[in-house]
Amino acid sequence: MTTITTPLALVAELTHRCPLHCVYCSNPLELAKREQELPTQTWVRVFVEAAKNGVLQVDLTGGEPLARTDIVELVHAARQAGLYVSLITSGLPLDEAKLAALVEAGLDHFQLSLQGATEQTAREISNSTSHPQKLRVLRWLKKHRVGITLNFVIHRQNIQELDDMLAIVEEHQPGCVEFASVQYYGWGLANRDALLPTRAQLDSCVQTLKEAEERLKGKTRVVFVVPDYYAKYPKPCVGGWGRKLMLVTPDGHVLPCHAASVIPGLHFDSVREKSLQEIWENSEAFRKFRGEDWMQEPCKSCDRRQLDFGGCRCQALLLAGDAAATDPVCSLAPTRPKVDAMLMAINSHRPDQREPLQFIYRPNP
Amino acid sequence: MKPEMTATPRLAAGVRLNEKSQQPRMLLMPERALRLNGPSLEIVQLCDGKHTVQQIAEKLQAVYAKAEPQRITDDLVGYLELLHKERAVDF
Repeated sequence: MTTITTPLALVAELTHRCPLHCVYCSNPLELAKREQELPTQTWVRVFVEAAKNGVLQVDLTGGEPLARTDIVELVHAARQAGLYVSLITSGLPLDEAKLAALVEAGLDHFQLSLQGATEQTAREISNSTSHPQKLRVLRWLKKHRVGITLNFVIHRQNIQELDDMLAIVEEHQPGCVEFASVQYYGWGLANRDALLPTRAQLDSCVQTLKEAEERLKGKTRVVFVVPDYYAKYPKPCVGGWGRKLMLVTPDGHVLPCHAASVIPGLHFDSVREKSLQEIWENSEAFRKFRGEDWMQEPCKSCDRRQLDFGGCRCQALLLAGDAAATDPVCSLAPTRPKVDAMLMAINSHRPDQREPLQFIYRPNP
Repeated sequence: MKPEMTATPRLAAGVRLNEKSQQPRMLLMPERALRLNGPSLEIVQLCDGKHTVQQIAEKLQAVYAKAEPQRITDDLVGYLELLHKERAVDF
C-alpha cells in the first residue's frame, strides 16, 4: 500500500508564450497556444483547491507569466486563497507600475532569471535583447519589500562568467541566488551537446561557489544545482513522484513534473474536468510511479531508494528508453556507461577551443 | 552571526507566517517552509523589528518560568543565528 502525502507546492505554468527563446527551456517541444490557455476563473479555482488540499506555495511560471494580462488578478487570487506566491519571470514585459501592482496584490517572492553576466552572452542564449531590462528590474525591486531570488542557469557557454555573475549578486544582494545547471529535457536536451559543461569547468565552478557562499553568508543564500550527469547518485526528482509537487500546464493538464509528457502512454487528467485533489489522489499519471512498487533492480533493494526515489523517471525514459529503469546518471545503473560516453566526448574537446554555436532556439507559440 | 542583545530582529523580505486559520503554523519563505511549534512560533511572532533580543528573552522566560533563564537566552540566540543564516531573519 502506497501512502499518499499532501502536495506542498503547485507549479502553475500560466502560459507557454515568452519573449525569450532560451536554448534550455524546460517547456515541452510542443508548446500550447494562447487559445488553449485556461481562463482566469479556472486558475482561481485551482488555487483555492490547492490551498484546501494542503499546498503551501505556488510558483507562477510559464513561459513568461507576465504575458498573461490577468497576472495581477491571479497573484491576488492565489494570495487570497492562502498560498505563498512566487513569480518566476524573465522580467521582460514589466514596468515600475506593474511591479508595484504585483506587490500590492500580495506577491511574496520575485524570482528573476538571468541568462548570463553580459549582454552578448544573454543574447546568444535567449536570442533576444533582455539583459539591460533585467538590470532595470533589479533597481526597481529595491523600492519594494518582497523576497528576491536571482536565477542563473549555467552551462558550458556561460559558466566562465561566474565571477561577473557573482558581482551582480553582490551589488544587488538578493535573499537568494540560484546557480542552476541546465537539466537535459525539452529544449535543453535538444541542445545538450552545446550546453554540457566540462569536468574542469565544473570543478572550478564548485570552488568559486564555495568561496562565494562563505563571503555572502548572512546576506545572500547561495544555491547550486549540480549537473546530474556528473553526479554519483541521481537527484530526488521533484522530491519523489507524486509526493510533494504538482504542475498544471497552460491548457490545464496536471503533471507530476515539468517533463512528464515525454513518457509515452501516460494519461494526464485536466483541471477542466476534475478537482485537483481527485487528480492528486487517483489519476493514473500520479499513481504510476508513486511509492516503490514500480521499481526495478538495482533500485528495488537499494538503501538509497527513499533518498532519491530512483532518480528521475523522465531521464530514465530519455536515456535508457524505459521510464521505470534506474535513472541512468546513477553510478549503480546498468545504463550508466551511456552517460559516461557522453561525458568522455565533451571532455575530449580542447578546453581553449570555442566551437561555433549551433543552437536550436525555442519558438514563441 | 550572533545577534546583540539590543538588536531588533525582524523577518526578512519574502518571509512570513501563514495565516492563523492555517494549521500547522509555518514560516513561509522562497522555495521553503519551516514548521513552527511552541517557542519557535513565539519567537518568530516577536521578530517584528520592535522587540529587542533582550525583550524577547524576557517574554520567553515569563512563559517558560520553570526553565533556567540563561538557557532560554542561549537557545533564543542560537535559533536567531540559525534563522539569520537561512536568510529568514534580519538584525
